[in-house]
Amino acid sequence: MSIIAIHKCSPTDTLDMQQMVPKLARVKSYFSDAPDVSTLEVEMADGVPVNYAPGQFNMLTVFGVGEAAISISGAPNGARLIHTIRDVGAVSHALTRLKPGDLLGLRGPFGIGWPIRAAHSKDVLIVAGGLGLAPLRSVLYHILAHRVKFGVVTLLYGARQPEDILYQSEIAYWRESCEINVALTVDHADVKWPGRVGVVTQLIDQAKFDPQNTLAMVCGPEVMMRFAAAALVEREIDAENIFLSMERNMKCAIGHCGHCQFGPNFLCRDGPVLSYEKLRPLLKVKEL
Amino acid sequence: MAPEQASMLSQHAFFKGLAPEVIDLVASCAQEIEFSAGQYICHEDDQADQFYVLLQGHVALQISSPGRGARTFLTVGAGEVFGVNWLVAPYRWTYDAKALDDTKAVVLNAVCLRHKCEADHDLGFELMKRVMPILIERLHICRIQLLDLYLKQN
Ligand SMILES: Cc1cc2nc3c(=O)[nH]c(=O)nc-3n(C[C@H](O)[C@H](O)[C@H](O)COP(=O)(O)OP(=O)(O)OC[C@H]3O[C@@H](n4cnc5c(N)ncnc54)[C@H](O)[C@@H]3O)c2cc1C
Ligand code: FES
Repeated sequence: MSIIAIHKCSPTDTLDMQQMVPKLARVKSYFSDAPDVSTLEVEMADGVPVNYAPGQFNMLTVFGVGEAAISISGAPNGARLIHTIRDVGAVSHALTRLKPGDLLGLRGPFGIGWPIRAAHSKDVLIVAGGLGLAPLRSVLYHILAHRVKFGVVTLLYGARQPEDILYQSEIAYWRESCEINVALTVDHADVKWPGRVGVVTQLIDQAKFDPQNTLAMVCGPEVMMRFAAAALVEREIDAENIFLSMERNMKCAIGHCGHCQFGPNFLCRDGPVLSYEKLRPLLKVKEL
Repeated sequence: MAPEQASMLSQHAFFKGLAPEVIDLVASCAQEIEFSAGQYICHEDDQADQFYVLLQGHVALQISSPGRGARTFLTVGAGEVFGVNWLVAPYRWTYDAKALDDTKAVVLNAVCLRHKCEADHDLGFELMKRVMPILIERLHICRIQLLDLYLKQN
């Protein structure tokens, strides 16, 4: 009798295998947002559109360099697949150097995104810090396309300095359209900047919304999200109505390798968007 | 007494919940003031004998350094205050303040206010209770700015 168990591939294994293999995509257009930030619109080489929900991410591969998790920052109708990337290391650097026509690999979309349905008929508060506006832009596109389904919508955005503000012309357009309230602040500025200087939590103090009927979505550096969530609770929004998008290193992106573990959650599978109610005790654990 | 100033102060977030007679005491040191966009309100190292309660507009608090020029470290707007230096000797401004747009404020004469606080410790304590949270919040803001959260880690 043989003691070696032979593993037979189940349909789920095949599905997982498919999700591990990058598909070929091509850069359609390129835009430089800031000195170290670029936005790429990509299209699938096979022409099959990728359907995704706001807050989901793709794994983008630069061949010969590596793979990185990048949020989708376009409108969630599958028509345009847009990623905004900040050059922080080898893979992100190579991604920001791609030009129209260049090929790259794409796996995804992955993860659970923002709770858009739960926000229907509520006031929506979008709190973004730095590059955190990228995954929230998909939400804004969705809201603007279905504006009547939502109450008062407010974008509060903090950046390091005026030059680092993402999507500047779009923000100006949103402001003028009066469809949403927009408040911006930067951490530091020279005297040419006519706007606010301070931190994004200060904007929360001044925002107008009905705390009993508001859903808040927060994305940015973890420290910023911790203080923003605390400020939202202070303004009497329930922790279960506050959602944060968490970031940890991703490898498989399909819940197998454990690289993205955050407490009991695999962020690639159970997140990256989770409620503050779930995250609050975990955020207190140092080095988690 | 200055009924107009008292009414403005009683509606301002800083004085929220203060008894009318206490508001009247403060209002006796108050005067309404306007600044046009771009106008400097105070300069670093000047005597800090004013406490500004902002009703409209925005003010940039700035520090200049050689080679880098002026940098804004904080802006304050309607519903906020600036100039808490009036409380602590040697009562000097530690920054420049510049109106970013047309700005309206109630300015409190700090010498008058200090005398009133010395004479009436209940008033002094009430004002301290309102100034302290602002100082703590600004210290917190400053810490977060120092962390430079949006700077890339490498
Ligand atoms: C769900 C999810 C969504 C993401 N969405 C985006 C996105 O839309 N746009 C984007 O640019 N990035 C996004 N990221 C972060 C991105 O995946 C990493 O920046 C990237 O993997 C870094 O790989 P690298 O090889 O370029 O750098 P590495 O060599 O891995 O790292 C280089 C240096 O950068 C630092 N670093 C790594 N990640 C970050 C980070 N996120 N912020 C600041 N410093 C960092 C490292 O500590 C290291 O010092 C996302 C991450 C997750 C988990
Ligand atoms: S990245 Fe492998 S489990 Fe999440």
